[in-house]
Amino acid sequence: MARSIPTRTRLGFTLVGWLVGLLIFFPILWTVLTSFKSEGTAIATPPQFLFFQWTAENYAEVNSRSDYFKHFMNSVVISVGSTLLGLLIAIPAAWAMAFAPTKRTKDVLLWMLSTKMLPAVGVLVPIYLLFRDTGLLDTRIGLTAVLTMSNLPIIVWMLYTYFREIPGDILEAARMDGASLAKEIVYVLTPMAVPGIASTLLLNIILAWNEAFWTLNLTAAKAAPLTAFIASYSSPEGLFWAKLSAASTLAIAPILVLGWFSQRQLVRGLTFGAVK
Amino acid sequence: MATLQTRASARLMMTPAVVLLLLWMAVPLAMTLYFSMLRYNLLMPGMEEWAGFLNYRFFLTDPAFFAGLLNTLLLVGGVLAISVGGGILMALLLDQPFFGQGLVRLMVIAPFFVMPTVSALVWKNMLMHPVNGLFAWLARTFGLQPVDWFGQAPLFSIVMIVSWQWLPFATLILLTALQSLDSEQKEAAEMDGAGALSRFIYIVLPHMARAITVVVLIETIFLLSVFAEILVTTNGGPGVQTTTVTYLVYVQALLQFDVGGASAGGIVAVVLANIVAIFLVRLIGKNLD
Amino acid sequence: MRVRLCAVATCSAMAIAAFGTTGATAETLTIATVNNGDMIRMQKLAGAFTEKNPDITLEWVTLEENVLRQRVTTDIATKGGQYDIMTIGTYEVPIWAAQDWLVPLDFDADYDVDDLLPAIRAGLSIDGALYAAPFYGESSFVMYRKDLFDEAGLEMPEAPTWDFIGEAARKITDKGNEIYGICLRGKAGWGENMAFLTAMANSFGARWFDMDWNPQFDQPQWKEALQFYIDLMKDAGPPGASSNGFNENLALFQTGKCGMWIDATVAASFVSNPDESKVADKVGFALAPDNGLGKRGNWLWAWSLAVPAGSQKTDAAKKFIAWATSKEYSELVAEKEGWANVPPGTRTSLYANPAYQEAAPFADLTLKSIQAADPTHPTVDDVPYVGVQFVAIPEFQGIGTAVGQQFSAALAGQTTVDQALAGAQALTAREMQKAGYPK
Repeated sequence: MARSIPTRTRLGFTLVGWLVGLLIFFPILWTVLTSFKSEGTAIATPPQFLFFQWTAENYAEVNSRSDYFKHFMNSVVISVGSTLLGLLIAIPAAWAMAFAPTKRTKDVLLWMLSTKMLPAVGVLVPIYLLFRDTGLLDTRIGLTAVLTMSNLPIIVWMLYTYFREIPGDILEAARMDGASLAKEIVYVLTPMAVPGIASTLLLNIILAWNEAFWTLNLTAAKAAPLTAFIASYSSPEGLFWAKLSAASTLAIAPILVLGWFSQRQLVRGLTFGAVK
Repeated sequence: MATLQTRASARLMMTPAVVLLLLWMAVPLAMTLYFSMLRYNLLMPGMEEWAGFLNYRFFLTDPAFFAGLLNTLLLVGGVLAISVGGGILMALLLDQPFFGQGLVRLMVIAPFFVMPTVSALVWKNMLMHPVNGLFAWLARTFGLQPVDWFGQAPLFSIVMIVSWQWLPFATLILLTALQSLDSEQKEAAEMDGAGALSRFIYIVLPHMARAITVVVLIETIFLLSVFAEILVTTNGGPGVQTTTVTYLVYVQALLQFDVGGASAGGIVAVVLANIVAIFLVRLIGKNLD
Repeated sequence: MRVRLCAVATCSAMAIAAFGTTGATAETLTIATVNNGDMIRMQKLAGAFTEKNPDITLEWVTLEENVLRQRVTTDIATKGGQYDIMTIGTYEVPIWAAQDWLVPLDFDADYDVDDLLPAIRAGLSIDGALYAAPFYGESSFVMYRKDLFDEAGLEMPEAPTWDFIGEAARKITDKGNEIYGICLRGKAGWGENMAFLTAMANSFGARWFDMDWNPQFDQPQWKEALQFYIDLMKDAGPPGASSNGFNENLALFQTGKCGMWIDATVAASFVSNPDESKVADKVGFALAPDNGLGKRGNWLWAWSLAVPAGSQKTDAAKKFIAWATSKEYSELVAEKEGWANVPPGTRTSLYANPAYQEAAPFADLTLKSIQAADPTHPTVDDVPYVGVQFVAIPEFQGIGTAVGQQFSAALAGQTTVDQALAGAQALTAREMQKAGYPK
């Protein structure tokens, strides 16, 4: 992969890359900066970039007002739990679709995706009634189940597209060697599919982490994740930019850190070159 | 390649996903269908009665409905165009080796982690506000008239905000696809004297086709249900310029608490979404084979 | 690979184990509140309550207004039973109480229920029974910049007319220096522009419905009111007014961009707080304008605490509400955070208190504004509904928002006043027909 690139080109790309990156990142950077301002400075014109009175008072305020750790743990359990559960169900299904396709495979896939098209807000009441009757309101297990189901089509779809890229003859060879189906999946398919599974995992954790409809509407005090934590800082009567920024920064930070650590493996691992 | 035995086990392995999704879809869908035929408002209990297609009639004849349909298509289409187009460019850029690549990649992915309500609030008030926003300040610094984004180009403003949220997703998927491209293949083409542009058109783009399909389909699904951004910024106004079908369903469900109307709207939205899906599959379906 | 699979299995096992939620004790009160400053303060000070009632623990669900409203409404209507105390407004109380969803509140003599401001109490009662206890109340009034008025040689009367407001706004507007004569709500929404416009229209003699529930947007009073608003905003309003709500206007006023702002009385404490506001020492207050018809363009709202009928812990919940809305609580706030931070607009005794009057220079006008609003007779002509800046029927949130969209389009210059009114009339008539009015 490493081709020799003239330094000047490299510098050019560095410049453009950083420029574009900073531009896209700017709203978040601005949010983080704002979180260190006082409420008055946050709305000041002309805007204050770096030379203002830095303060941590917003973080102190957020910390004293809500139990960040509780919300954080709920977010972790719900997003990781629903993603793992989803993968467990989706890997076999995606495998079957990719390596033993029938005429209807595509229809099944599309049908799965279409289950996501029912606008959540239109089915809130049916789901709410079901949850009430099964005692799942405001429980982590209920939310995990809902998010598993709502992201399952995406997981199946993404895995399917990755599995499709794995050439069938390798599996065939394994089968010739007398490997059982289970072994085929565990020893042959999975290692090759790890990059795909990893990126599916990450993306779904993010999707579940940010899911703000079900997590807001089906929880109260106990299972509320970070989305509810943020909702307690947005748009009160009065100034709220700095506090909202602090709360958002706290909510974004963990998943950014996760992204930071995982992206290397994620992107490096995604070359199928060795197989082809 | 598939033998009878693998076929059978394939079916077995698909069963959990299919059955679960069937339940997940069938139960709420059946309830929704049933509710859509009722005069059923949460705030007026005890008055539920059979209404036939009344809810559908009211939803479909809503003067805002056609505007909503058009706005939905514009919103989805606009965001798709920006995020896929931008995503390809970003992927190409991030595929080049340069200093601090990892950090830039992370910065580009970051908007994906921001909750929709927060990003809408930040964009509306801190960046795009025509008096107090940063853009207005920039415009005035250069002696220009600040743009009243949500008054003059409300739908475009929302498309911008939503695109910003979805660009990272497109970039990430397309980048992974790009990096799985055999570098030998690229180099071979390079040796054959193919220019950068033709290399891109004949080798890179076809290779990314399936990834693009994935991005388009998955984004479409999520974009069809966008309403938090609209709620925070414009509440569907001015007029019906930012009213989408999903927003109409939201009004029925969480402002009117009209379960009957919301259910009918939900069913209409599903039908419309499926039409879009079928159209999409026709258009790009060959990439799925 | 086996290792990895096992890891997945353990992880999910752990995740499943972690699902177990802690069992709630019998006396845990789950309280849903809106995230406004006074409520946050109550949450902070609630330790004083739990100290006295060690058998009660409190769990807070604090949310922004819109999310809170959709959550508690869904919950109470489906009898979900997730909350023991709900924070609701004057819009919800009459509707919910009529459905027997709320427990009537009877307090002992110590509570001194007659001390509640009559206008506020009337909005929260049905047939004399109180269904929610007001935590803080607000009306709307004019906030203005004394310095700009002095410069322009104007003097704000205590009870201005719309004509004076219009004239003054145009006079102090200086768009080159980013001074806009008046900032008013324009963002579509039943609780945004329609709260302001409905209250304003009341003072022009307009009303939402006649006694047979026919929409009245085709009447001249509405046309006069809306035309006045649009012309005024075009001449003297800030750019982007069609997407400004309470918070956008607050930011504009605090950064010194507005000459006048007509909005909630609670904003007074924000604009005169020097930590937040650049113009803190230059703000004056006046009653909401009128048009000589006997009604002022001000609204009435009270965030109130209520007990849903499904709650198993009614007694504990009532105990807490009695504490949080008591005189004793006001004194507690005064002692810990100063009189200026006492929740306003609920009790007559607060306004009789000289310490409060001194700490809150806007107290007197707030009281007068609240007293000037009458939710049971909000308009010049008779109406079949309750509510000053809203119509307390379940359909109003949807209709109000749709009408608000029409009016914001007129403000953005995309439709004319006549088109907006015709659109509002048609859509309101349609929704009312769908809902089966007249009932």
